[in-house]
Formats: sequence, structure tokens, C-alpha cells
Amino acid sequence: MPRILEVRTKILKANDTLARQMRDQFEAAGVVVVNLVSSPGTGKTTFLTETLTQMMAAGDRVAAIVGDLETDNDARRLAASGAPAVQIMTHGCCHLEADMIQRELPKFDLEQLDYLFIENVGNLVCPTSWDLGESVRVGLLSVTEGEDKPLKYPGLFNTSDVAVITKMDLAEVCEFDKNTALENIASVRPGMRTFETSSKKRQGFEDWFEYLRACHRNLCQPA
Amino acid sequence: MHEMSIARNLIDLVQSHLDTLGDEQVGTQQINAGQIVRLHLRVGALSCVHQDALKFSFEMMTADTSLANAELVFQTLPVRIFCTPCDQEVTLPGIQRFRCPICDTPSADIRQGQELDLDHLEWVDAPADQPTV
Repeated sequence: MPRILEVRTKILKANDTLARQMRDQFEAAGVVVVNLVSSPGTGKTTFLTETLTQMMAAGDRVAAIVGDLETDNDARRLAASGAPAVQIMTHGCCHLEADMIQRELPKFDLEQLDYLFIENVGNLVCPTSWDLGESVRVGLLSVTEGEDKPLKYPGLFNTSDVAVITKMDLAEVCEFDKNTALENIASVRPGMRTFETSSKKRQGFEDWFEYLRACHRNLCQPA
Repeated sequence: MHEMSIARNLIDLVQSHLDTLGDEQVGTQQINAGQIVRLHLRVGALSCVHQDALKFSFEMMTADTSLANAELVFQTLPVRIFCTPCDQEVTLPGIQRFRCPICDTPSADIRQGQELDLDHLEWVDAPADQPTV
């Protein structure tokens, strides 16, 4: 007769433990870490480049890490903002894990940073399980993807803290039904804050920046 | 397919758990990986894990290793949220609609459904002609 041994442990315990240590490290250094997750083609890189450019201009100290299966194209696009940007090539891995981020941290002086953005590998499923030590997880959805994406991939929106709708300048031509999209987001994550943006037209970023700066204030001066 | 990564983490977890076991937990006997016949996992409906893919990945990665005899057994857990007006935890029929099935109030207070745990394992005595360490 087989005997039973209780384990009762999270399978991703090693990742979670490392992520927790990194979160403590980020908090001690006063760095808000933002993990951007969406499908490929949502416009994460364009959105992040615009975010970095505008925040740099406002005097915020920002940097970015970007994950892709191959190429350093995205890091070069992000670096056009003037912010330090580091590329992780996962060579087939469909998501970033905490130790991949940890390996890149020596490239940054955290004490000289206010915000570190992590652009995850474009994927709506796999990144959701992996804590990267982020302060905020952002689920992005573009108007070209359809209003029902949150219902098709509830896991992503469910584990995100806020949502960003991108490419709002294309909403009309795509016949994007914004209210349905917002209802669907609220259905899988009641009460989630959602930002509507157009990176090309540089619209909708004020609220997003205000949100990030509130996160930074809370991190530096916990209530 | 992130199930490969999860399978790798599961294998590492089993090994490190066996390595750190105190004698009092298993009597006087040390268990080795070859004695494990089943790993019981608790997988929440929100965990985004495809069970067949995890099983496939695990079998592929453990073939010809000491864990080759271990089979994965899944317990799927539905999402449970706390409903404030009803003052109780309620089970959701799916993962698309986070509203109380009784009173229809939305709730983001998730109490169950995000699990991805190794709950327990089943092991057998090693054959007498094989060393147990």
C-alpha cells in the first residue's frame, strides 16, 4: 500500500521566493516595478516608448527590461526614448521568470531609479503564473483584438492590477465597442481601473502617469 | 507552452523536498525519488495550466530518471469568491464572470482558484534488493 507524504507547497515556490526578495529590494530602493503583459501586437513597445519618453521629459528616472524570444529590436526601439533599456532573449521561453530579471539587475543602479518597466514576452497565458517582483501588473488590450479578449483570457486580466486599452485612435475604424470591452474587463476583474490610450496620438497618458506617480508616492511613503 | 517550466519547477521541488525531509516526517526511513508513485497537484481554475500539457512535459522530462514511475494526479479547484452582501464564500460556475451566483454582486475577493500546488505524494517501500538512499 502506498503511503502518503504531505507537501502542501506551491510548485513555483522557488520563483515566488526570489520574486519576494526582489520586491523587497525594489521597495527598499524606492523603485516602482511595472510588468506589462499582453498578446504580441498589442502595442506594448510603442506604449512603453511613449511612456519612457514623456516621463524622462518630466524628470522621472526610468528604465526598461524587455523580453522577446529573439532579436534585440524592442530594446533598440525603447532606447530611442533615451532611457536605459535591456533586452532579454528567452530563445523559445514564452514568458519571463524572476531569475531572468535578477540576472539583469546588476546593469541598473536601483538607487538612481524611480521606475523600472518590464515588457513581458507577448503572450496572454504563460506570463500570468510568474511573479517578477513587480509592484504593478498591467494587462494591455488593443482595440484591434476584439472586445471579448478579457473573457477569452480571464487569467491575464484577473492577475493584473490595472488594464490599458491601446490604439484608441483606431477604435472607430475597427468598430471597437468600448463599453462592451469595459464590461468584459469588469466581468473578469470587478473594479479594475482601466486607462484608454493612443500612443501614436499621445492621448490618455495623463491618468496613467498620475497612477504611476501615486504608486511611487505610496512606495516611498507607505500610508 | 509554460507547462515545461512548471514541470521543471515541480521536479526540482520534489527533489529539494526529499533532500530536506526530517526523519520524524517519514519515520526512520528516507524516501528516494524512485519510490514515488503519484504526485497529487491542486490546480485552480485560474492557474492557466493545461493539465495534459503538464502531464506530457512531466513524463517527457522524467523518462529515464528516478521519477519515471511517478504519475501526476490533478485536483481541479473551481473559483471561489467572497460575497459581502451574502457574507459567505461562493463557488463560481466559470471564470468569466466574477459575480455572486446568488445575489449577482460583483466581487474581486478571490478565495480559491489560483492554486498551483504540490499537495501530497504517494510512495511505496523500496524493493529489498535496492538501497533506499
